[in-house]
Amino acid sequence: MKDLTPLSRRKFLKLGALGTLGVAGAAALTQQNRVTAQEITPPTYSDSGGIDHGMHGDNLTVGDVDTTPPNFDPMKYLTTFDYGRVSTLPNGQTLREWDVFAVDKEIEVAPGIFFPAWVYGTEQHGAHAPGPTFRCTEGDRLRFNFLNASAHPHTIHFHGIHSPGMDGVTPVVNTGESFTYEFDARPFGLHLYHCHVMPLKRHIHKGLYGTFIIDPPGGTSPLGGGRAPAKEFVMMMNGFDTNFDGENEIYAVNTVAFHYAKHPILVNVGELIRIYLVNITEFDPINSLHLHTGMYKMFKTGTRLDYYEYTDMVMLCQGERAILEFTLEHPGRAMFHAHQSELAELGWMGFFEARE
Amino acid sequence: MDAPKIVSATSTKFTLPLWLSALIPLALLIALIAVFFVGNPLAIFQSAGLPPIESLTLERIELRPGQFVVTVFNGSPDPLTIAQVTVDDAFWQWDVAPSATLPRFGRAILTIPYDWVLGEPHAITLLTSVGTPFTAEIPVAAETPRPGLNQFLAYGLLGIYIGVIPVALGLLWFPAMRRMGRRGLNFVLALTIGLLVFLLIDTALEALEVAGGVAGVFQGLPVAVFAALLSWLAILAVSGRQSEAERDSSSGRLRIATLIALSIGLHNLGEGLAVGAAFALGEAALGSFLVIGFTLHNVTEGVGIAAPVTKDRPSLKSFIGLAALAGLPAVVGAWMGGFAYSPLLATIFLGIGVGAIWQVIVEVGRLLIRDAEKHGVSVANWINVAGLALGIAVMYFTAYFVKF
Repeated sequence: MKDLTPLSRRKFLKLGALGTLGVAGAAALTQQNRVTAQEITPPTYSDSGGIDHGMHGDNLTVGDVDTTPPNFDPMKYLTTFDYGRVSTLPNGQTLREWDVFAVDKEIEVAPGIFFPAWVYGTEQHGAHAPGPTFRCTEGDRLRFNFLNASAHPHTIHFHGIHSPGMDGVTPVVNTGESFTYEFDARPFGLHLYHCHVMPLKRHIHKGLYGTFIIDPPGGTSPLGGGRAPAKEFVMMMNGFDTNFDGENEIYAVNTVAFHYAKHPILVNVGELIRIYLVNITEFDPINSLHLHTGMYKMFKTGTRLDYYEYTDMVMLCQGERAILEFTLEHPGRAMFHAHQSELAELGWMGFFEARE
Repeated sequence: MDAPKIVSATSTKFTLPLWLSALIPLALLIALIAVFFVGNPLAIFQSAGLPPIESLTLERIELRPGQFVVTVFNGSPDPLTIAQVTVDDAFWQWDVAPSATLPRFGRAILTIPYDWVLGEPHAITLLTSVGTPFTAEIPVAAETPRPGLNQFLAYGLLGIYIGVIPVALGLLWFPAMRRMGRRGLNFVLALTIGLLVFLLIDTALEALEVAGGVAGVFQGLPVAVFAALLSWLAILAVSGRQSEAERDSSSGRLRIATLIALSIGLHNLGEGLAVGAAFALGEAALGSFLVIGFTLHNVTEGVGIAAPVTKDRPSLKSFIGLAALAGLPAVVGAWMGGFAYSPLLATIFLGIGVGAIWQVIVEVGRLLIRDAEKHGVSVANWINVAGLALGIAVMYFTAYFVKF
């Protein structure tokens, strides 16, 4: 168990400066759109995860999670895509193959808070919630060799088009058993996978879910039908009901409350940013993402190449997803969070830090 | 003679020294405990991965400008670690002394910087390392008084208004009560029983409520019950030494008055605690209404104290003593409630009050029964029943001022 005292003490030293920093931070936030970047003192930020009171008052967790392997590193998860073992079938079709397992594992969902999770994993990327992000191109042949190493029966249910036998509702894969899911990747878009064993609420909120991306065919040129090159991030909006009373105690994107608030995601001013946003939050009917200092093109489910809406606010039901594309024009920190304040204040808030 | 036979029978056998025979069960007990710790023979009942049993009590929350100071107590069987804190459903920064990990029976003080809002409710939740939330609510936020001379005097005054003044005012009816005849006196004694019955119920309910806030390991409810039982037995033991003649003498009646004053004092201590704690928790917003309400509510208590001694002429000193005994505990209660509220201590005091009030009801009742026997009437006559009913009614309706 972590001793939180040293971190708390460091925080305590900063309390004295709280008043002035808090006011300056709030002013910086509200005026960022009106004054030029040069007029603002750049916010301080240390990679060690020091707490910056200026940007978010005291509404943060205390301490930091352990991200050393094999623990989950939310920063690494953002940009890690698992393309599987690639080979070519006799008919010329690309075959992608994964060995996926399910396992019971205690995970750290906020500094010092450990949750008895059920998670998916691969040997390459480890087991965590969310599970690995599987990525392929439309038309590929996909083969998931699933081994259930958990003490409970599980399946993998993929969203997309496939035969009912490959749907991951039946058969239920019991402890120690295996099952191979095989189907063609279609349609292109942003999908997800999750366990579909009943009770579904428990099996999902315990952590059995992940993102499943099918890229459009034909390269990455906007004219060629693919998506433009961009800095890409995967974000699964999730929550954890740590006392199992049917309400989440902790919210986040990618599991760890306030991780990207303490460790802002570094991007460049002017570069295209693409977020693969999936809502898997259990118990709450909806979740949302609001971006500060910029607007994004929102592609519902990512199944079309023209955007659905130009906005800074998207609302998603559980299982719903959207691709968001934007650039940040100003250097500094751009906040993003659920626009349900309660969810934001319980951990679902982060920053991009745009640098020139 | 039987005794020598027994001695001779036992003396033929080998006997252990007393100290050794006393030690044998203890040694066996230690050995068995050691077997448990080393061998874990009951491992079959323990599955791996069960979450620990956690019990964390937020004993006291102080509101200071821009921050909460929370005292927590770990009543769980094992050490416990506080991992995060939320205030009003938002994760919040906090500091802790001496450590976020509390040993069994350990305490820690958390400091949470927070811009709380005067007059509005707030909720503080502590999340342990396994994510178990423990919540305490602040019903009405207001700055907690810091111990200082002015605060000390203010809380003292609060206690005087709740306890001393009403009791003293009630005692001033003594000259009027003296002029009443036998029936009038019986009526007043029955009225006293009525008010005591009300106080018994009120104090018992208060004790149960306060016991609910006691850390589980201290077993608040049994503590309340045992405190009541023991205080009743203690008073019984003291009373038992008196002969019937002594009881009927003027000193015997003064003793009953003193007992009434003592038990009412214990009840008023509870009221002082409640009001002091309410003011400390910011319910001062409810204001002077509450204090005046208690003053009115408690005036009858003075009548009850004076009732047994109306046949006598107690000295002024006795009256001052009775008023102090019944009233001053409210001052002590207000101080405790305001500056050092402890649910456990409050439970004990309220439990003692319940036991004392019960015994006082018995003793005053005995006065009425003796009087009824002497005059050959039933103790449950209309005068007595009417007095009892009026006593309860007065207390019940004046309680409208203090119950919400």
